[in-house]
Amino acid sequence: MYKIAVTGDYDSILGFKAIGLDVFPADTPDEIRAMLRRLASENYAIIYITEQAAAAVSEEISRYKDRITPAIIPIPGKEGSLGIGVSAIKSSVERAVGIDILK
Amino acid sequence: MRVNPTRMELTRLKGRLRTATRGHKLLKDKNDELMKQFLEIVRENMRKRREVEARVLEMHSAFTLASAVMSPEGLGQALMLPKQSVELELSSKNIMGVRVPDYTFRTKLDDSGSVLPYGFASTTGELDSAVETATDLMKDLLDLAQSEKAASLLAAEIEKTRRRVNALEYVLIPQYRETIRYITMKLDENERGNITRLMKVKDMMIAQTREDN
Repeated sequence: MYKIAVTGDYDSILGFKAIGLDVFPADTPDEIRAMLRRLASENYAIIYITEQAAAAVSEEISRYKDRITPAIIPIPGKEGSLGIGVSAIKSSVERAVGIDILK
Repeated sequence: MRVNPTRMELTRLKGRLRTATRGHKLLKDKNDELMKQFLEIVRENMRKRREVEARVLEMHSAFTLASAVMSPEGLGQALMLPKQSVELELSSKNIMGVRVPDYTFRTKLDDSGSVLPYGFASTTGELDSAVETATDLMKDLLDLAQSEKAASLLAAEIEKTRRRVNALEYVLIPQYRETIRYITMKLDENERGNITRLMKVKDMMIAQTREDN
């Protein structure tokens, strides 16, 4: 049985607690990195991370890119979308096709 | 390639060239199909991400609204013990030999029948609607995770396959062809050398018999 985690700054992720996801607040890049490692080694198949937090630890996230678990999915935080999620899709298109064909 | 120009080597190389050509064709077909699937998934992924992002922002603003009329402590307290728990089941789908995750989730409510984890006394209506927005979001979030992971796994596989196709097409197969040509030439040359030598010997033998007579 797998679980779903949400990590990022406290205010952005509080709402997800209400619907039963496990939330793990983390603020500094080091905290976030440690949190991701911990969650990945536990039973979390999906980890939602706020884009603000994802921006700080992008190299850590790319370590999990080619594994089936966990899926680390950036979602916009309270401060709005940074376009990281969209650019992640674009980079995987670029990886496969060679050029970015999505507009 | 450095090989001995022998007939045996030639046969061996011809076999390898055949295998390589067939492998190249198969891999190319695989890559084409992967690409087709990938583009489908990625388009869907893009659409879904835009939608989910908009809705997450909607949820954030709902919570901001709720936190504006409530104290942060009160808000934290109200949400501290969720009534709903989510269990995720993970199976995997096979797309052209790439295993991609297939999520199904089950939410469990405790027996009170409401998703709101708090009483109505100390909370406001804004929080209720914020929690409701979040609940609606759940399925979309999961779909997003699924297609996003599938897209990134497929992208990795496509990259790998493309490398293999290119290695076969531009390195291995030309190399085999070149070597086969080299061996054939060498063998032919040996053959010609042999014939000339035989003719020469024959001439010498005829000359010798004439002298003897």
